[in-house]
Amino acid sequence: MSVYAPDLDTRPRPSSGRGRRSSPWTWRWGDRLVLLCAWAAGLGLCLIAAAIVLYMGYRGIEYLRPGLLFARPAISTSQSHTGGILDPLIGTLLLTAIGIALAFPLAVASAIWIAEYGRPSWLARIVESSIEIVAGTPDIVLALFGVAIFQLGILAPLSFRAEGGGVYGRSFIAAGAMMSLIALPPLFVATRDGLRAVPTHMREAAFALGKTRIATIRRVLLPSVRSNIATGVTLGVSRIIGDTAIVVLLLGKTLHIETQGSVPAINLLRGTGSTLTSYVYDNSPAGEGAAPQKAYAAAFVLLLFVLALNLLVDKIGSGSLTSSV
Amino acid sequence: MKWLRKPWPDHRAERTLGAVSLLVGVVVLGMIAFVGVRAWPIFAHNGLSWLGSGGSLQTQLANMQATSVNPPAAAFHLRAWPLVYGTLLSTGFAVVLGVAIAVLSSIFIVELAPARLRRVAIPVIRLLASVPSVIYGLIGVLVFVPFVGNHLITASQKASVQSTVELTGAGLGVVVVILTVMITPIMIALICEALLSTPRSWREGAVALGLNPLRAVLAVTLRAIRPAIVAAAVLATARALGEAVMISMASGGSFFTPSLSHGVPIFLFEPFRTLASAIIDFNEGIGAPALSATLYAFAALLLFSAFVLSIAGYLIKLPLRKYQVRA
Repeated sequence: MSVYAPDLDTRPRPSSGRGRRSSPWTWRWGDRLVLLCAWAAGLGLCLIAAAIVLYMGYRGIEYLRPGLLFARPAISTSQSHTGGILDPLIGTLLLTAIGIALAFPLAVASAIWIAEYGRPSWLARIVESSIEIVAGTPDIVLALFGVAIFQLGILAPLSFRAEGGGVYGRSFIAAGAMMSLIALPPLFVATRDGLRAVPTHMREAAFALGKTRIATIRRVLLPSVRSNIATGVTLGVSRIIGDTAIVVLLLGKTLHIETQGSVPAINLLRGTGSTLTSYVYDNSPAGEGAAPQKAYAAAFVLLLFVLALNLLVDKIGSGSLTSSV
Repeated sequence: MKWLRKPWPDHRAERTLGAVSLLVGVVVLGMIAFVGVRAWPIFAHNGLSWLGSGGSLQTQLANMQATSVNPPAAAFHLRAWPLVYGTLLSTGFAVVLGVAIAVLSSIFIVELAPARLRRVAIPVIRLLASVPSVIYGLIGVLVFVPFVGNHLITASQKASVQSTVELTGAGLGVVVVILTVMITPIMIALICEALLSTPRSWREGAVALGLNPLRAVLAVTLRAIRPAIVAAAVLATARALGEAVMISMASGGSFFTPSLSHGVPIFLFEPFRTLASAIIDFNEGIGAPALSATLYAFAALLLFSAFVLSIAGYLIKLPLRKYQVRA
């Protein structure tokens, strides 16, 4: 399934009889109308995408100042005193790192197991359908699931504790754990499909040299699907960066990154914070902030990240086409 | 880390990897169990009739929020029809519009566009799919809503429904337009893939029989990939059902049920809420047990629909395997 990476084939499609192609002007009216609609739909979507990027770019350049990136947010009624987006920026990076760090071993291990072992087959089918279920679950449901598990007594030390000792199940760890579920499916699918595309003779050659299955996987197969894994990671990162629901419910969307406890690093992970997405949400008229200029600036930074990740996917993808095994 | 460096015996590697893979299954089971258990009070007190209409949802949720740790049974009373209706309405319109646009633009990309244009169109449409929903929501609430509110809704239209609802511009029309843009790229990806994998000879046969190239695509290729189109629509439905943030920002956040009896233009301007956007809107009140059970009940319904839709998508795609068409 190419749900996560709308992976459209760019192969030129041989047209039927170029040179003697029938001219649309001789067609029936109905056909001409369909032709017109198809062109309008295709070009329309491209124009919408261009309009989004250009509009956000225009607003971003209008409101984004380099100082904003390095200033911490502050509370003020005037938009000129509400500070910058340093904390949300750090929050986004931290959450992405946690999410990928958790998702990577899980996704790659299951992809290897499914593609290379996969026995018994009913178990393999269960694992594959579980991942499909995770992929189909709305992020808001995953967020509520996260709230439910991180409010449990045993997991309470992992999350932020309110003044009265109430556990809300909100922390970087909680949000990162749920983010890893969002990044898991694209990473899994990319790795599995990459492994399946490796020709059998490479495995046979390794076996003939006396390598065990796992040694073949580590020395031969994994190096050859590196670019697939990289694509999967990039897709996972772009899904984590763009997610709002999990942040709003599980990170607490506090203005500053608030630490919890005194152990360095751990207190950060147990603390709450915000990300670019929750910052945009909060400062839009839908949230309480109502600072549209700051929202535009943060959204522009977010869109730049997304654009960069998109370019990266294209680059990795095309690289693997020319240098594949 | 020494044990990692040493070559593993094969059976141990297999078991370790298998165990790690099973974790995903455990997570899914845990998710179903947790959401189900948390949602149970609502089902226990209302049965399935909480999906129906009756009373004001606004006051019901306010009552839930007001009760503290030990809510009386009456606090669990819930009739969430406005949310179910809003979800069905926005998803239905967006998917119908989206399928039409996705089929047309897939034909454009695969059959009509010159190669140079196609090379631009594909990444650009892929970009549409990866724009975060909060950016769509921001554009909706800061660009579309004021535009619709100031220019498209006339003063007389506002006055005609003043007694029941205030029209600000945020509402069904804006949400459907944005939601369509959000779900179309997924459908395009699936439909394009199916279009590309139908045997070329089928279409060539149709052209040889005298059909023009476009009609050949419509008559032969499109008919062959009908299951893929339905499967794409099903997948897009699942996406639209779960969209929370954009709708929470652009729908106007009201328990109003848009009604056709006000006339079509006003119908499109009326605010509403969906199940998913209500979870976002009320997440602050999750400390109140009754309200929390309600939100988990919404989540359980979304989870159940996503599950049913993914099974439906799988079953629909089965006939395609016969022709070895990937989808």
